[in-house]
Amino acid sequence: MDEGLKSELQKQGVFTTTLEEVYNWGRKNSVWPLQFGLACCAIEMIATSMARYDLARFGAEVFRPSPRQADLMIVAGTVTKKMAPQVVRLYNQMPEPKYVIAMGACAISGGPFKQGYNVLKGIDRYIPVDVHIPGCPPRPEALLHAFMTLQQKISDQELTGVNRPRHLNAELPSEFPVPAFGEHDLEPPNNPAVWQAPALTRA
Amino acid sequence: METLEQIKSRIEAAVADVKLEIIPNDSPSAQRSLLVDREHGLAVAKFLRDDAALHLDYCSNATGVDWPAAELTEKFKVKKVVDGVEKEVEEVKKTLRPAYLEAVYHLYSMEKKHGPVIIRLRTENRADKNHLPSLTPVWRSCDLQEREIFDLFGIVFDGHPDLRRILMWDGFKDFPMRKDYVAPDDYEYEPTPHDEVLARAKAHQATEVKS
Repeated sequence: MDEGLKSELQKQGVFTTTLEEVYNWGRKNSVWPLQFGLACCAIEMIATSMARYDLARFGAEVFRPSPRQADLMIVAGTVTKKMAPQVVRLYNQMPEPKYVIAMGACAISGGPFKQGYNVLKGIDRYIPVDVHIPGCPPRPEALLHAFMTLQQKISDQELTGVNRPRHLNAELPSEFPVPAFGEHDLEPPNNPAVWQAPALTRA
Repeated sequence: METLEQIKSRIEAAVADVKLEIIPNDSPSAQRSLLVDREHGLAVAKFLRDDAALHLDYCSNATGVDWPAAELTEKFKVKKVVDGVEKEVEEVKKTLRPAYLEAVYHLYSMEKKHGPVIIRLRTENRADKNHLPSLTPVWRSCDLQEREIFDLFGIVFDGHPDLRRILMWDGFKDFPMRKDYVAPDDYEYEPTPHDEVLARAKAHQATEVKS
C-alpha cells in the first residue's frame, strides 16, 4: 500500500495494514533465543539479557533451554572443531523460521585462534548466519544492535514471491549436513552450499 | 628444602640402579630439573612422595615437550701452538641430538610448603617407542594432564587408568603440539596473511583479483 495514502488515512482515523506487516511485526517482537553459550561472549550475552541492558525490551528475554522452542541461535563464543557438529545439530533441531547471530570474533572467523588446530574458522562455514557481530567480546550494545538489525531483517521479509524466506519455500533446506570427525579435520571442512571463500581484492 | 644435588644422591641411595641427571637451565629463572630414566620413573616418583623430608604430595603441572632430532653446534676456544706461537683458536663441536619426547612434572609439597622439584622423563624416540610410565597412580592430579600430553604429543603412559584423547576427538590421528604437525589446508580465506600463513594462503590466491 502506498505510504502517503496510508498516513493520510491514519490522519482520518482509518488504520490500514497488511497481513505481511502484522505477521512480521508479531514475529520480530517475540524472538526467543536458544539458551547456550560457548565461551566468554556468552557472559556478554547473559549481561545483555539482564536488567542493565534488558533484552526484554525487544521481546527476547525468554531464553529457551530446548532448540524445539527457540527461534534464534546466538553463537556466542569460540566454536571448536569438536563442538561444531553439535552446534549444527542444535541448529537442525530448531523449527523454522530460525535465525542465527554469530557473536564475536571467534564465531565469525575463528578470531585469535584462527590459525590454531582446533578452532573452526567461523560458524558460517556450516550454517547460514543472518547477523555477524565483530568484537572480542562485543559489548552488550553491539548485541542489541545486532538484535535490532535482525528485527529489521525479519520485518523486511516478503511472505510471497521469489524472495520469500526459507521457511515459506519448500524447495530450500531447513537442515544442514552435520560435519563428521575425520582423521585430520572435520569432514567436509565447510559446506559449499552455505559458504564459499569470498573473493579478495589485494592492493 | 634440600638442593637438587642432595635430592639426587638420596634417590640414588634409595632406588637401586637408577640413572639420574641434572639438566641445567640457562634462563634467568635457573630452574634446574632432574632427568629420570624410564624404568625407574615410578619408583622415583613414589620415593619423592613418600620420603619424610621431601613429602612432595602435589603435582601441580605435567606437560610435554617435543624434541625433534637436531644438530647442536658448540663453540669453544682452545689454546693451540701455531707456528711456534700460542694462540686462541675457536673450534666448533657438532653433536647430533636424537629425537625424543619428554614429559615434565612440577612437584610441590603442600605439607612442608616447599617446591618445586621438577622431574623429566624421556621416551626412546618420537615414533614407535613413545612409552613412559604413568605417574597418575602416585599423583591423581596427573590424570587429565597426562591425557592431554597423550592427546597433543602422543606419549603413551603405561599404567594410566583411563588413557584416551581429551581435547581432540577419538578418531583424530595427528598430534597437534608436535613440531612437525601440519594443520589442514583450510587457508582459502585469509584477509590479512603474514609469515607462514601467507606462504600457505598463496596457493589459494590464484582466484583472487588484483587491482
